[in-house]
Amino acid sequence: MISIKDLRFRYTEGEFALHVPELVIESGEKVAIIGPSGSGKTTLLNLIAGIRSPQSGQVQTQGTEIGALDDAARRDFRIRRIGLVFQEFELLEYLNVLDNVLLPYRINRSLDLTRQVRERAAELAEEVGIGGYLGRYVNHLSQGERQRVSVCRALLARPPLILADEPTGNLDPTNKGRVLDILFDYVDRDGATLVTVTHDHDLLSRFERVIDFKQFYDT
Amino acid sequence: MSDVLYLAWRYLAYHKIKTMILVASITLIVFLPVGLNVIVGQSSAELTARAEATPLLVGAKGSPLELVLNSLYFDSDPPELTTYAEALRVVEFELATPIPLYVRFRSRDIPIVGTTLEYFDFRRLHFAAGRPMAVLGECVIGSRVAEDLGVGVGGEVISSPESVFDLAGVYPLKMAVVGVLAPAYSADDEAIFVDIKTTWVIEGLVHGHQDLAAPEAAAGVLKREGDTIVGNASVVQYNEITPDNVDSFHFHGDMSDYPVSAIVAVPRDQKAGTILMGRYEGGEEPSQIVQPTSVMNDLLDTILTIQGFVIAAILLVAAATIATAALVFLLSLRLRRREIETMTKIGGSRLSIGTILVSEVVAVLVLGVGLAGALTLVTSQFGAGIIRAWLLS
Repeated sequence: MISIKDLRFRYTEGEFALHVPELVIESGEKVAIIGPSGSGKTTLLNLIAGIRSPQSGQVQTQGTEIGALDDAARRDFRIRRIGLVFQEFELLEYLNVLDNVLLPYRINRSLDLTRQVRERAAELAEEVGIGGYLGRYVNHLSQGERQRVSVCRALLARPPLILADEPTGNLDPTNKGRVLDILFDYVDRDGATLVTVTHDHDLLSRFERVIDFKQFYDT
Repeated sequence: MSDVLYLAWRYLAYHKIKTMILVASITLIVFLPVGLNVIVGQSSAELTARAEATPLLVGAKGSPLELVLNSLYFDSDPPELTTYAEALRVVEFELATPIPLYVRFRSRDIPIVGTTLEYFDFRRLHFAAGRPMAVLGECVIGSRVAEDLGVGVGGEVISSPESVFDLAGVYPLKMAVVGVLAPAYSADDEAIFVDIKTTWVIEGLVHGHQDLAAPEAAAGVLKREGDTIVGNASVVQYNEITPDNVDSFHFHGDMSDYPVSAIVAVPRDQKAGTILMGRYEGGEEPSQIVQPTSVMNDLLDTILTIQGFVIAAILLVAAATIATAALVFLLSLRLRRREIETMTKIGGSRLSIGTILVSEVVAVLVLGVGLAGALTLVTSQFGAGIIRAWLLS
C-alpha cells in the first residue's frame, strides 16, 4: 500500500511546487496518473520510490516511511521492493539483453545473482517474446523490444510495487497494448500494485483508478 | 565484486577503440621512459664490461671511437689502418703482449676477424667443438654464427667480395671451419676468427696460384726472363687453401707493411701500461694508443645526456597525455550521466556504481602498465643489441 499525507515538495530552482494533501493506493490496485506536462507526475513517482525526499509530509510505501531511511537503506529498499519502468527504457547500450535484465543484481549486493535468478530472467524474456535475443545488444532491438527488456528488468526481483513512468510513450499501438498486458499479467498473478503515469487516454479504461494530477499542482 | 568488474569489462570491451587508444597511450607513456632506461642501462653495462676487459688499443691516428668500436664489436667500418710493424714495435717495447686485429672483411654480414691464437686466451673463449685455426684458410666460428648458418666443424664459410663490380678487388676465399666457440654472450659469438695471415690472403697480399714453372702451366706464361716468369690473365688463382696448394701461397712485399686495424696491447702490469701510453704521446707519432674504458665512458656520458633530454621530453608528453586521458574520462562521465542516474534510480549502491567507474580506469591502467611491462621485457632481451647496432652503424 502507498500512503501519502500532506506531502510538500519544491525544487531548489524554479517556481514548481507540489502539494498532495492525501493519497492512498491499496495493494493490488492498477492506478493511472494523468495530468499536463510539468504537473509533477514523475516527481510524485520519484518521491514514492525514495529517489527524492519531500520537504515535509509523509510518504509510506508498503508500510515503510521511505524518507526516514538513510541513502543506502533507501536504495536497498528500492531495488528489492520497487520495479521501475521508464519512458526512454534507460537500458545500457554496452550490455546485451540478458545482462540488462540482470543489471539490478549486479549493482547492489543486497540482491544475490544465483542460477535461479538467471533462469527466471530467461523465462521472463521468453514470456514477453524476447527470449531469442538474450545475447543481442539492445541497440539492435526495436523500440517495443527494448521496452520489454526494461519491463523484464523491473519485474525480475518480483517487486510488490511497479512504478511506470509513461511506459508506452514511445511505442506503437501494438506494442503499447503488449507492454501493458505484461505489466497487468504480473500484477494479477503476483498481487502487486501498479502505478503508471501516462498521457495516453486510450489506455485509461484498462486501469481500475485514474488520478488526475491537476489537483496537486500548486503554481 | 566480480559483478561490477564484469560490468566495467563489458563497458571497455564495447568501446574497443576508445579503450585501445587509452591503453596504448598509457603503455607508451610508461614504456618509453622505462624502456629507454632499461636499454641504456643494459647497453652501458655491456659496452663498459667489454671495454674494461680490453686494457689498451693501438691504432692509426684517427677517431678513437671508431678504433674502439671496430676492435671490440667488429661491426663498424674499419678505422684508419696501421701496419703489422706496429705490433712488432709493441713487442720491441717489451711492455705488453700485442694481439693484432684486422677487421675489415665479411662473410655475408658476419665479420671476419683476423688475429692470432692469443686472442682466444685473452678473451677467455672456450671451444664447444674442434680446435683453433692452425694453417692458412682455416677458421673458428662464434656460437651464434654456427647457429645462424647451421655450420659446424667440417663445414665451410666463404668471404664476401667487397664489390662485385671490382674485378681487381677482394676475391672470395673458401675457409674450412675447424672450431666452434662456446657461447660467450658477446660480440665474439657473432664473428668468424681466422689467422691474421688469412685476412691478408683475402685481401690478395698473400696468394697462391698455378706453378708457372710446371710444364702443364705453359699456357699461362706470358714471358720468361731468366728466372723470372710472368704469367698472363689465364693463370689460375686459388680461392681455397688445401693441403695440395698451400705451399704455393706466398707473400708479396714486406709483411711488416701489411695492414692491421688495431693492436690489443696487454701490458705486463699497470706501470708497463702507463709507460707504453707515454711512448705514444708526441705530435710526430703516427699511431695512437687509447684506453677503451675512457673512450666508452665519453660515449656513455653523451648517451646519458641525450637520454636525460629525451626522458624530460617524454615526461612532458606523458603529463599532457595523462591530462588528456583524464579529460576523456571526465567527458565520458558527463556522457554517461544518464546511465549513472538510471543505476542510481533502480537502486544501485553508491559503492557498486563508483567501483564500476573506478574499475574501468584501473583496468585501463593495469592493461597499459602490463603491456608496457611486457614491452620492457622484450626490450631487455633485444634492446641492448639494437642500441649497440645503432651506435656501430
